Amino acid sequence: MKPVTINFRSKAAQTLADAQIQQSIEHVYTGFFKGRLLAAAETDNWEDLRTKGKAIKDHTIAHLDYYLGMLADSVEKNGGRVFFAADAAEARQYIIDLAHKRNIKTVIKSKSMVSEEMGLAEAMNTEGFETVETDLGEYIIQLANETPYHLIAPAVHKSRSDVAKLLDDDYKDGDRIPDATELTMMARKKLRGVFERADMSVTGVNFAVAESGSIALVTNEGNGRMSTTVPRVHVAVMGMEKIIPSIQDLSTMLRILIRSATGQRISTYVTMVNGSRKFDEEEGPEEFHLVIMDNGRQKLLEDPQMRESLNCIRCGACLNACPVYRKVGGHAYGWVYPGPIGAIVSPVMTGVKDASNLPSASSLCGACHDACPVKINIPRMLLELRWRTAEGSTDKDERTSSAKERGIWKAWRVGMMGRKRFDIGSRLANLAMRPLAKNGWLKKAPPPISGWTSTRDFPTISARSLKSKLSKRSKGGK
Amino acid sequence: MPDYSLNPPLPNRVTLFASCMVDQLAPSVGESAVDVLEHLGVSVEFLDNQTCCGQPAFNSGFRSEALPVGTRFIELFEQVDGPIVVPSGSCAAMVRNYYRDLFRDDPKLLERSSRVAERVFELIEFISRFFGTEAIIGQLNTSATYHKCCHLLREIGIDGEPSAMLSNIEGLEMIPLERADVCCGFGGAFSVKMPDISSAILDEKLDFIEATGSSTVIAADMGCIYQMQGGLRRRGSDVQVLHIAQILAESLRNGSSHGAAL
Repeated sequence: MKPVTINFRSKAAQTLADAQIQQSIEHVYTGFFKGRLLAAAETDNWEDLRTKGKAIKDHTIAHLDYYLGMLADSVEKNGGRVFFAADAAEARQYIIDLAHKRNIKTVIKSKSMVSEEMGLAEAMNTEGFETVETDLGEYIIQLANETPYHLIAPAVHKSRSDVAKLLDDDYKDGDRIPDATELTMMARKKLRGVFERADMSVTGVNFAVAESGSIALVTNEGNGRMSTTVPRVHVAVMGMEKIIPSIQDLSTMLRILIRSATGQRISTYVTMVNGSRKFDEEEGPEEFHLVIMDNGRQKLLEDPQMRESLNCIRCGACLNACPVYRKVGGHAYGWVYPGPIGAIVSPVMTGVKDASNLPSASSLCGACHDACPVKINIPRMLLELRWRTAEGSTDKDERTSSAKERGIWKAWRVGMMGRKRFDIGSRLANLAMRPLAKNGWLKKAPPPISGWTSTRDFPTISARSLKSKLSKRSKGGK
Repeated sequence: MPDYSLNPPLPNRVTLFASCMVDQLAPSVGESAVDVLEHLGVSVEFLDNQTCCGQPAFNSGFRSEALPVGTRFIELFEQVDGPIVVPSGSCAAMVRNYYRDLFRDDPKLLERSSRVAERVFELIEFISRFFGTEAIIGQLNTSATYHKCCHLLREIGIDGEPSAMLSNIEGLEMIPLERADVCCGFGGAFSVKMPDISSAILDEKLDFIEATGSSTVIAADMGCIYQMQGGLRRRGSDVQVLHIAQILAESLRNGSSHGAAL
């Protein structure tokens, strides 16, 4: 997927003006966010689980080369093939070449954000393979020719009538709106035949277990189970960070992932894949391939201030908690990963310059940090990236701040470096504001305050500072 | 942070870190903080040279501008001993949680800043930690709702304490606020740089505030207070947004015969 992070402002404005999307997206709070709180409260040791989850990921990422080697060995021992892809293009090409070699006609995909990085479904369709998304949300998005809106709920912005229109060519506005079960049945009818004729599947990976070479898949619709058992070739794709050392770690990680993502205790399906069908087994694919992709992750790994973002297990809890995501929606972020996690990984993975608005679009409220099952300190990294775009702190070429902006902060600093200047500055500001103010508030102000007064009244600077009030008080007055 | 609770002598002297916003925009909030602290038997020192902790520039990414201002803050406040109290969770968070990033390339300053940081307390945190949430018993006849400012809640970890303190004010009817812990959309420069997004978040907050029917919103950080008050005024609403220090001080003025100092 080509990043269009540069369009953040205009995309955000579009979504803010779209009443239907604003209503649909409420579900991430009322459903997912509240569900997570309830599911976490049910455990008697949620904070311990988060601490443990963080420790597992910190350790794994610190020794990533070691565990990747172990994973590759284990998968091969299980009869699978491993391909390390440096970028999305390499990964795509490997899968397309494989499909050609195996005379594949139909490819079923289960949900995978990494495959979105590759733009895989589109590329495979262009190559002539019938490639169909089988996760209901992804299927809706594919029919709408859009990209996912949310890490775990790709079509969360669509209303039921939007979905009906996509699934049924005859559906018109004003017709009775089918309920969720009816919509699912419509999709199921369409997808059943595809499942039956599929000869290849591409799935994601929730966790890859290094010691056993197992792939864990968390799904709710059964499409993941079908994808890993029906077609003769199974390709699993993963970002190189989606790895944990042992099967014991999986127990912790599944608990925090699922409760954080949907608020379920456990998903309807947790599928474990240990490679292809063994000689004494009757079912399963004939071939299993694991594609492990870098695509910019090495940059995060080499960046001590940003490395922690590789701990992400893609549960979407930070999106649900984020007041900004809930207003600007998933497409504004302009690449595969939206919300707070997208605002920290997209700039590094796709280029800080174009994405400079992403880390700025935050009130730094910290709800993402609170919600994260592996305690990623997202606000800290947003501030880190703001430093890079404001001052070019790690690379002068990454600086996107305007000369005017830099001038304002320079002036601010001068004003703050002495109490006299601080008081004189405030006194002047008070005098300038006073004639324009009504009851101490401004309705309109010149830039840069005009941004504020476009929607809110602005308070005037007080005629007297606290210092002057307190000094008067200590002299006996009040 | 040292655990003072094991060593009961209560602090009887603090230094007020006003925060630049209280100092120049809302001095009455600073005076209220002084009133409340003095009611508890704590004398308050004010360092006349204070300006700002550096947070505005730091949060906007201009660390080279924030650095000298933060250094100045450290140099000023290391001249005094004892607790440093600030009526802002956001400024407390800057010094306690973010100076370690601001000064990370200068081990000496980092060490000095951590010595100062461990003495910094947000006002409500200070009162509830050393004097308890029942230390202030005043009187105020009004209805109000409480908004949980993000940095006080999530950076400093003060959650139920303000409500517990407010529940001791006689005559004050507290009405629960839906999504009280969701941000008001302020976010410093964010509110000016991306006003459309900031205001969309604010609108949701104001709808919930108006749904409570209360005449007053209580909060604990001036940025959030001005964001909400500015938005309410623009809506033509009469609802007042006040700092919790103002509410506590006012309740003490009304109920001083009733409330007992320690």
